[in-house]
Amino acid sequence: MAVHPLRLSRFNVTSLVLGLAFLYLPIVILVIYSFNASRLVTVWGGWSTRWYTEFFNDRAMLDAAWMSLRVGVVSATLATLLGTLAAIALTRGAGFRGRMLMSGMLYAPLVMPEVITGLSLLLLFVALDAGRGFVTVTIAHTTLTMCFVAVVVQSRLAGIDRSLEEAAMDLGRDPLRAFIAVTLPLIWPAIAAGWMLAFTLSLDDLVIASFTTGPGSATLPIRIYSEVRLGVKPEINAICTLIVGFIAVVIVLASLVSKLSSARGESAAPL
Amino acid sequence: MSARRIFTAPARLAAIPPYVWMVLFFLVPFGFVLKISLSQTAIAQPPYLPVFSLSEGIAGLKASFIALSLDNFRLLVSDNLYLASYLRSVLVAVVSTLILLAVGYPIAYGMARLPRRWQGIAMMLVIVPFWTSFLIRIYAWINILQHDGLLNKVLLALHVVSTPIVWLSTDSAMYLGIVYSYLPFMILPLYATLAKQDPSLIEAAADLGVSRIDAFWLVTVPLSLRGVGAGALLCFIPIMGEFVIPDLLAGSNSLMIGQTLWLEFFTNKDWPVASATAIVLLGLLLIPLLVYDRLQRRQLEAR
Repeated sequence: MAVHPLRLSRFNVTSLVLGLAFLYLPIVILVIYSFNASRLVTVWGGWSTRWYTEFFNDRAMLDAAWMSLRVGVVSATLATLLGTLAAIALTRGAGFRGRMLMSGMLYAPLVMPEVITGLSLLLLFVALDAGRGFVTVTIAHTTLTMCFVAVVVQSRLAGIDRSLEEAAMDLGRDPLRAFIAVTLPLIWPAIAAGWMLAFTLSLDDLVIASFTTGPGSATLPIRIYSEVRLGVKPEINAICTLIVGFIAVVIVLASLVSKLSSARGESAAPL
Repeated sequence: MSARRIFTAPARLAAIPPYVWMVLFFLVPFGFVLKISLSQTAIAQPPYLPVFSLSEGIAGLKASFIALSLDNFRLLVSDNLYLASYLRSVLVAVVSTLILLAVGYPIAYGMARLPRRWQGIAMMLVIVPFWTSFLIRIYAWINILQHDGLLNKVLLALHVVSTPIVWLSTDSAMYLGIVYSYLPFMILPLYATLAKQDPSLIEAAADLGVSRIDAFWLVTVPLSLRGVGAGALLCFIPIMGEFVIPDLLAGSNSLMIGQTLWLEFFTNKDWPVASATAIVLLGLLLIPLLVYDRLQRRQLEAR
């Protein structure tokens, strides 16, 4: 690969360092303060894990966390299935009727203000007289996150060499089997990344969940939000740190999965 | 067999489940928003009238249709509260997008100048905060900005100020939160266009005696306008409808439209007005989309 001919100026380096510091410092500070022994959030009272103990004794918070995990896993799985199908249809189903509408419906939620998405889904659920809770939040999150999955998988699918599939078909596989045998292993990392993205987005969402959930089934962000409105509490620092740590693990897993599968995908490709 | 025909028929079948899902849970709900925006508030369950029901037959449906009215939209236009909210949303979105451009451009430019193998790492570092919870990132700032928080402590220790500054519940805190949350959305499209630029263009400019700074403004910036447009659009539209950031960081004396909608819905239980607010907001958001589309088309035609 050619050496980049333009050198970094001092201005480039400064803006990169400042930019990354701006992105990461607040989270680092939050993590450090979650281990603060003092009840006053701003006074440093030595290292302690008491706020973590407090969280694990907080029944309501734990219930909310459990609810969020369940919604996250179910909605991410549904979203991955639907989003992957949508991506296949958009890249491979050349010019089917309603393709424009389909891509419009998939891209619109990416930028749509959450208050609108949340409100419209709630009005639908009310009109259907559906009891609000786990099911409705899961449907809402699936609707939002499948669009992100579709975008991730679609960009991977678009970059895949179709001649491999053609070769498999020349060897007598039908199109569906050729796809499953050849292309699916190649887009597997994107599908895994899509699942993880859908899962973290669901875990993160406050606005849509607030609209579509019912009494007694608050998600973790809803609980955190109502606590944060009352002011900063050290226990919230601990919960937030746990979530950040959890998501960091998910990201590391995602990159590992993608590395492993792409290594395997390349060795499988000559088949 | 031609490459185009590969897999076309099964791919069409693959479209059916996501298609049905999106029509049911994305398109149809907008019909309900539209219908309820034309209804009246009522103390009932659900809290609006008329409720369409087939139990009263065609005549009942007809009566329901006649009962629909534009009253809620008249209210939106005549009451200053809503007008002020819309104006504030536009203002906040415009100012935030400009700040994001000013902050994001140098970072994206720095990324594009990095050696190739570092660019991937830099991109990961910009994307990772997008994966961590939005709410947590805002909360992290509340920690720092509060009255006896870290920022005031540092400023006091450095003798920049003599008394703590009130940061929370101000517009500055809100802008800070917005810029912090949306920065990756601005950086990534900018980086994508800047990284694709041919460095020999800058060399050519230098050979012609153009200074480095002039070359930046004459070559780099005009060639990156597509990324500027995409980044601005990706930030502007969601910021217009933002709820969490102004709610937690800005004061409560002037509301953005997302907050007004939330208030009408959850506090005032006025679902019809909330729906009308959403419809008008959607209409407003179509404007930047159409402008962007027009600009892109013109760019394509110019080629």
